[in-house]
Amino acid sequence: MIHMQKAEKPEIEKNSPHITKEELDRAFDERFPVWMKEKLQKASVAVAGLGGLGSNIAVSLARSGVGHLLLVDFDLVDVTNLNRQMYMIPHLGMPKTQALHDILMQINPWLDIQTRQIMVTSENVLELFGGWPIVCEAFDRPDQKAMLVGSLLSQCPDTIVVSGNGMAGLGDANDIRTQQKLRRLYVCGDDTTESAPGAGLMAPRVAICAGHQANKVLQLIIGEG
Amino acid sequence: MVTINGKQEQAAGMTILAYLQQAGYTPERVVVEKNLEIIPRESLNSTLLEDGDSVEVLRFVGGG
Repeated sequence: MIHMQKAEKPEIEKNSPHITKEELDRAFDERFPVWMKEKLQKASVAVAGLGGLGSNIAVSLARSGVGHLLLVDFDLVDVTNLNRQMYMIPHLGMPKTQALHDILMQINPWLDIQTRQIMVTSENVLELFGGWPIVCEAFDRPDQKAMLVGSLLSQCPDTIVVSGNGMAGLGDANDIRTQQKLRRLYVCGDDTTESAPGAGLMAPRVAICAGHQANKVLQLIIGEG
Repeated sequence: MVTINGKQEQAAGMTILAYLQQAGYTPERVVVEKNLEIIPRESLNSTLLEDGDSVEVLRFVGGG
């Protein structure tokens, strides 16, 4: 059974009559040209995996005003996520899709955010991501990353994939970079440092890698990629 | 000769799976593109490398 949840009016909007969409738009317009905002508001980006990479990517995209987001993850927020993921103690036990939806609605309640709480397999990649022009791969396990990237590139011929690969530990932050590896594939990370017992994922490098992914997405949308 | 990740390799006649195993890759953790076409995981064992092929092997590591 696949659940589709549409964005509902968040509590924050009901309780905060002081900010309007026009004010948020004006704040953006003071810093960037109007055409840029319009491109971002029209853009659609899917994020597969809502852990350290995916939650940080989604927050960056929401802050940047990317208008249409699809958030996909099967998992619940766990105490082991708090060291690097966007979630907070009140989110423990919630589906990551719902927790992240709530966080994004507090950043910009006028975004169109779809969520799917489901495990991604090579069998449902087309149904989930077909038609999405940009998909961020933000999974944790290497076999799942390879499955998703391979399936997206072979099944979704118009989709550009922005993947995260190698960001564990406390190595040099400058080793994390963005590379175009294939015609429709960008890979961010150091390509080598994997999470292992005693050498886990730390917030800074995960956020840096997520920042690389989100930045590449914005470049692709704006047309400077 | 087969060009794999930019290097010339004596891999013509091998399946992609055999090449990956010989080169020390874990097949479940890679994406393989041959002549600009993604090779699905289930076809790695039935796809032969030929002289002049150009192959990219992308290896994924854990963490996200």
